Amino acid sequence: MECERCHQRPATVHLTEIINNEKRTMRLCEQCARELQAQAMGFFPQINLHNFLAGLLHNEFGFPTTGPTVAPAGARCEACGLTEAQFARQGLLGCGECYRYFGPRLEPVFRRIHGNTCHTGKVPERTGGKVRVINRLERLKAQLREAISREEFERAAELRDAIRELEKELQEG
Amino acid sequence: MSIRETVNNPHSHWMDGTGPESDIVISSRVRVARNLAHLPFPHLLSREKAEDVIHAVQTAIENRVFREKMGKMELTRMNELTPVERQILVEKHLISPDLLEDFERKAVVLRDDEVLSVMVNEEDHLRLQCLLPGLQLNRAWELVSRLDDGLEATLDYAFDEKLGYLTACPTNVGTGLRASVMLHLPGLVMVNQIKGVLGTITKLGLTVRGLYGEGTEAKGNLFQVSNQVTLGQAEEDIIANLISVTRQLLGQERAAREALYRERREQLEDRVGRAYGLLKHARVMTSDEAMSLFSDLRLGIDMGIIKNIPAPLIIELMVLTRPAFLVKVTGKDLSPVERDIYRAQLIRKKLSAAQQS
Repeated sequence: MECERCHQRPATVHLTEIINNEKRTMRLCEQCARELQAQAMGFFPQINLHNFLAGLLHNEFGFPTTGPTVAPAGARCEACGLTEAQFARQGLLGCGECYRYFGPRLEPVFRRIHGNTCHTGKVPERTGGKVRVINRLERLKAQLREAISREEFERAAELRDAIRELEKELQEG
Repeated sequence: MSIRETVNNPHSHWMDGTGPESDIVISSRVRVARNLAHLPFPHLLSREKAEDVIHAVQTAIENRVFREKMGKMELTRMNELTPVERQILVEKHLISPDLLEDFERKAVVLRDDEVLSVMVNEEDHLRLQCLLPGLQLNRAWELVSRLDDGLEATLDYAFDEKLGYLTACPTNVGTGLRASVMLHLPGLVMVNQIKGVLGTITKLGLTVRGLYGEGTEAKGNLFQVSNQVTLGQAEEDIIANLISVTRQLLGQERAAREALYRERREQLEDRVGRAYGLLKHARVMTSDEAMSLFSDLRLGIDMGIIKNIPAPLIIELMVLTRPAFLVKVTGKDLSPVERDIYRAQLIRKKLSAAQQS
């Protein structure tokens, strides 16, 4: 019998895992068994993070944190079919559209993780569209306010021109 | 360098010891998470769609404009590699262990010098990574950002005006950026200050974890400090914050080393000398013991107590004596005891070669 994981070498090891009271036995070659065990030995810091996050989401979405999970209720992403319950269990969203479907309920989660709900960083060059210009505009406006408060009027004039230029660009689309 | 050469060569550019502050900052890493629009994230992706993602990335890196800008990058499907080769990429920190799970649908893109890599279908469709020696976070971000622009020229990213780059895990949304430094902090560990120092760091929006270790236990006194927040701060701000905290840590580590040298010089020299002696003469060496002795020896080299061993060799040995590399070097599967014997043998050989040269 060949190894269930690499499908290359013969299976010589039976590896039994018990996760959430579910027993699973895999027939593996020695190499794959060793790799899987190395992973189980703590090479997976993110799994802990996901479990942790899942706990947080359970609270946020009003699912009980202990005891058996009740059948899923509530929202579901129409694009990928992920349910709120699935999300709360795994801590992972299913697709980009999930952010829209679960939107308002995710906000407290963002606030708790990031202390914030609004992106202020990089915007994709080609597909970022107007956001790029708008962000740039906001940065320039903040710089303008700062220049004025420091009485750096020459710099302020430069910034004002740059802002006008960008606003024109925005209007023309 | 082809992927074959990469897995055959224990050395990577990040181990050079050439970057700024490289006596304490071993390496700087920046990674960003990106996803393609209109496709489920990898954990919900069907086999065919996963293949579509790999295809799209392959096309993107073969694009003429991309090549002119970024040079040649090679895509390798994970199932083209043997289990040992896959594990070696993890030991060299070029990919994460997550890329080994369900590897049939995953791939890695590597640039020749191993400085830039892209993991395909890990937790997100794309994870772009730059790994450099020493404290070079700004440079790493610059390179990742350029690679990002190069890929975005042909790939449509999942991006939201308000939330930024959309990721499978909400802990990465926004910039999708994780910047980290790998620090060697034996001084702070020896003067018993490490807990306090690292405790403070976590209050500044950063996280610390031990390298190769479980939980907070740090093998070889290596610690990885990284940002936690990815939403609401610009990439440059996240990186500037991490750099400033790293500089503080450098100051404290150097102060601890000086204090040790001033007040416990004999004990310090004894400790370094013993580590060197054991590494040079031991016949059986577990991986844990080796990591702790490497740390002592490296400290001795950095402080000028040991003069004839180049510092980067120690980092190379840390990678070379990990299990998968030992299997590669010896060309056969090893029992744990055999591994400890080969490890000791390899260390003796490398150290005496360095001494003679």
